[in-house]
Amino acid sequence: MITYGRRLRGLSLVTIATISLAYALAFFYAPEDADQGFIQKIFYLHVPLAIVSLCGFIFGGLLAIGYLRTGDRRWDIRSYVAIHMALIFGIGALITGSIWAKASWGHWWVWNEPTLVSFLIVVLLFATYQPMRFSIEDPERQARYASVFAIVAGAFVPLNFIAVRLANQYVHPRVLTLEGGNLPASMALTFYIALLGITLLYVTLWTYEMAAKNARMQVRATRRKLLGEDAMAPLRRSAAPS
Amino acid sequence: MSALIAVAVPLHTAVKYVAGAYVVFLAIVLIYVAIMAKRLRRTERDLVDLRRELDEQRADDREVGRAA
Repeated sequence: MITYGRRLRGLSLVTIATISLAYALAFFYAPEDADQGFIQKIFYLHVPLAIVSLCGFIFGGLLAIGYLRTGDRRWDIRSYVAIHMALIFGIGALITGSIWAKASWGHWWVWNEPTLVSFLIVVLLFATYQPMRFSIEDPERQARYASVFAIVAGAFVPLNFIAVRLANQYVHPRVLTLEGGNLPASMALTFYIALLGITLLYVTLWTYEMAAKNARMQVRATRRKLLGEDAMAPLRRSAAPS
Repeated sequence: MSALIAVAVPLHTAVKYVAGAYVVFLAIVLIYVAIMAKRLRRTERDLVDLRRELDEQRADDREVGRAA
């Protein structure tokens, strides 16, 4: 039996400590940006959210490979939770990005900026994942189709990222480059700790949700085992694996 | 493509936007944790129900055993 909740307390404490440190550094240690001033502090939240969200979508695709290889429903649940969490982080990145854009550029959204639009396309693509699951009643088919979707859409994420990087016209600032980026050391340190904090938050919430789903499934399995099939309430149709 | 140039925003305006962004982030995390807490309460309720049903079943079994 897998117990996801075992290390949850320690993980939660490490996450809270890292995020607190990151944002303390962001406001009290990292210097203000020479061009943008104080508004640039959103950078330490918005960029890690976007990076973790994209990595979460890829992670969901990788977990879906596990389902197609083994047929074990636990891989489907892991993939579902990974994509679900990444979508929440992606929406967070879109909202914080919009606030930053409004303050910096004077617009909530800029349609001719490849980075913004490509990120929106990725989020909208994965926003169809849950309705797609919900539309398939048979749990086996649901898991199989969802896994294929997660793998194909997950592979689209890095391709999309590379295509945008190759685009010449953009106004969105580039933070991470192969040459190491152009951040001063204090800003880079703060950024990497913020990235670690948001990554830990993703891992903690993923583990939290897996623990909750696992507990519910264990209760259901125990009920079936002890009281028989008659004691089971019929499962409602759901996008979530059960 | 129109040239968009990031400009420095006055501090009093920037504070509102930065606070807004961080509050949105905090709200998303808190809403998520609240939803998870609600689900946890439902699981706890299911466990209590399961325990009660088991106790009732055991009591019924004992009755049947005594009658036999």
